[in-house]
Amino acid sequence: MHTLIENLIAWGVFGKNPPRDVVAAIVVFVMSLVVFLVVALPFGGIVTWVERRVWARIQSRVGPNRVGPQGFLQWLADGIKIVCKEDIIPDEADSRLFKMAPYLVMLAFVLPWAVMPFSSSLILADMNVGILYMTAVTALTVVGVLMAGWASNNKWSLIGGVRSAAQIVSYEIPAGLSIFPVVLMTGTLSMQGIIRGQGWAPQHWFLFANPFTFVAANILYMSSLAEANRTPFDLPEAESELVAGFATEYSGWRYACFSMAEWGNLFIVGAIITTLFLGGWQFPHVTNNVVAMNVLEVITFNVKVLFLVFVSMWIRATLPRVRIDQLMTTCWKYFVPIAFVNMIGTAVWVAIWPDGNVAMGYIMFAGAIVLGALFIQRVIYYLRRSRMEVYFNPTI
Amino acid sequence: MLAQVIFYALAALTVGSAGLVAFSRNIVYSAFALLGAFMGIVGIYILLAADFVAMVQLLVYVGGILVLTIFAVMLTAGIGDVKVSNRAVGTGPAIVVAGVAAIVMLYAVMRTQWHQAAAITPAPTTYAIGNAFLGDYVLPFEVASLVLLAALIGAIVISRHEVRE
Repeated sequence: MHTLIENLIAWGVFGKNPPRDVVAAIVVFVMSLVVFLVVALPFGGIVTWVERRVWARIQSRVGPNRVGPQGFLQWLADGIKIVCKEDIIPDEADSRLFKMAPYLVMLAFVLPWAVMPFSSSLILADMNVGILYMTAVTALTVVGVLMAGWASNNKWSLIGGVRSAAQIVSYEIPAGLSIFPVVLMTGTLSMQGIIRGQGWAPQHWFLFANPFTFVAANILYMSSLAEANRTPFDLPEAESELVAGFATEYSGWRYACFSMAEWGNLFIVGAIITTLFLGGWQFPHVTNNVVAMNVLEVITFNVKVLFLVFVSMWIRATLPRVRIDQLMTTCWKYFVPIAFVNMIGTAVWVAIWPDGNVAMGYIMFAGAIVLGALFIQRVIYYLRRSRMEVYFNPTI
Repeated sequence: MLAQVIFYALAALTVGSAGLVAFSRNIVYSAFALLGAFMGIVGIYILLAADFVAMVQLLVYVGGILVLTIFAVMLTAGIGDVKVSNRAVGTGPAIVVAGVAAIVMLYAVMRTQWHQAAAITPAPTTYAIGNAFLGDYVLPFEVASLVLLAALIGAIVISRHEVRE
C-alpha cells in the first residue's frame, strides 16, 4: 500500500507536490471500494447459487439451472428482483432504527475485508493487530441484529435478535481463545505475519503443528459457524419456529443486506481458518516473477477458503439444528474449557520446543491422511451396501 | 491537515452520541447511541496510533458492554412504556454535581502542561503493553483480575437457582 502510494505520487498522477495524507486517503478509499465491489459483493451473490446447487445435489435434486450456463446467473436475477421490490417499513416499527440496522450488519461484513490476505502483496492493510481487528469488527453484527430485532416490533424478530446476540456473545469466547495458540506460536497478531510463520506444505501448517492447535482449529471453525448463524447453529432464523428471525419484517434491499452479509461471512470464516491454520497463501517458490507468484498465491488462498465454504454447505445440508440449551451447553461446558486447555497446552509446547516440532507435523499430517482415507472407505462401503445409484455428474 | 479534520469529525461523533445518550427521551435510543460514542473513541485511538488499545476497546466495549447494556434495557419489563431516561433525575442536584465536576476538570486542563508529541509514527504497541503488564505493572494487573473474579463469582451467586431440599 505504501509503495503504491509513493509510486503514484512519483508518477505525478496527482500533480506536483500533492498533500500526502489526502492522496493516501483517496488511494485507500478507491482500493477499498474495488475490493468491496469486485470481491465481496459478487461473492455474497455467487455463493447463494453455489449453495443452492450443492444442496440440490446432496438432496438428489437438480437445483437452479435455467438462468445462464448451469444457472450461474441466478444470483444476478435474484439480486435485480430483490432490489426492485418495495421497501416495506411496518407502521408500528421504530422506523429510524429499522432503517439503520441492515447497514450496521453490512458494515460488520465489509470491515474484515481490509485485512484479508489474498497474497503476499495483495492486502489492503497489513495491520499489527490484524487478527484481533478481524474478531473485533465482527462484534458489530450483534448490535445490528439486536437493533433489527427490537425495531421490527414483532415478537419473532425480537426472539430471533436476542437469540442471535446471546449466541454470538457466547461463541466469541471459544473463538477468541482458539486464536491464542497460533498467536503464541508466531508471536504476532498480523495476518501476514501469521501466514509467514507457516510453510506451503501441510506438515508445516499450524493445523498439524501440535495436537492442541488441531483441536483449536476445529473449535474455531465450529464457533465461527455459530457466529455466522449457520446450520447447525441457525437458531436465530429457525424457519420452523421464528419465520425468519430478526429479518422477518424486512423486504427489498434491506433484506438483501442481511442475506448478503450472512453468505458473505462464509468467506470471512473460511479466510480466518485458512490464515491461522491452513498456511494462507503459502505456495512453493516456483518462479521469480512477482506477478505470477502473486497469481498463484491468490489461487491457493481462494481454493482453501472455498473448500471450507463448501464444507459449511455440506454441514448445512446434512445436520439438523441443535436446541438452544444444547447450543449453550456445547459452548460453555465443552468449547470454553477445551479452548483453555488448548491455550495452556500450546504454551507448554512452545516452552519445550520454541522452534516447533517438525516430526510432530509429519506424524499429525499422516494421521490426518489415514483419517481421511478411513472416512472415504466408510462412505463407499455404505453406498455399496445401500445399493444407491449415485450420479457424480454435477452438471445436470 | 486531514488528521485534524478527522479528529474533529470523530470528536463530534463521540460528543454528539454521548449527548444523545444523556438527553434522549427513549432509553433504547440511549443504549444504541452508545455505539456512536464507543466508535468515536476507537477512531481517536487509531488516530493516536494506539492500534492495540483501539481493537480492545472495540472488542470489549462494543462487543461486550454495549451488547449487555442493550440486553438489560430490552429485557427489563415495560421499559419502553415509561420512557424513563436520565432527564427524570432532579435538576437541582444535577446542576451542582455537574458544575463542580466541570470546574475541577477545567482547572486540571488549564494547569496541565500539554506536551506536543513530535510526529506519531504507527509502531507496534502490543509488545510494549504485554511487557508492561507482566513486568512493571504485574501487581495492579493481578489485583484487577481478582476484582473481576470476585465480580464473576458474585454474579453466579446472585443469579444461581436456589435448590431446596
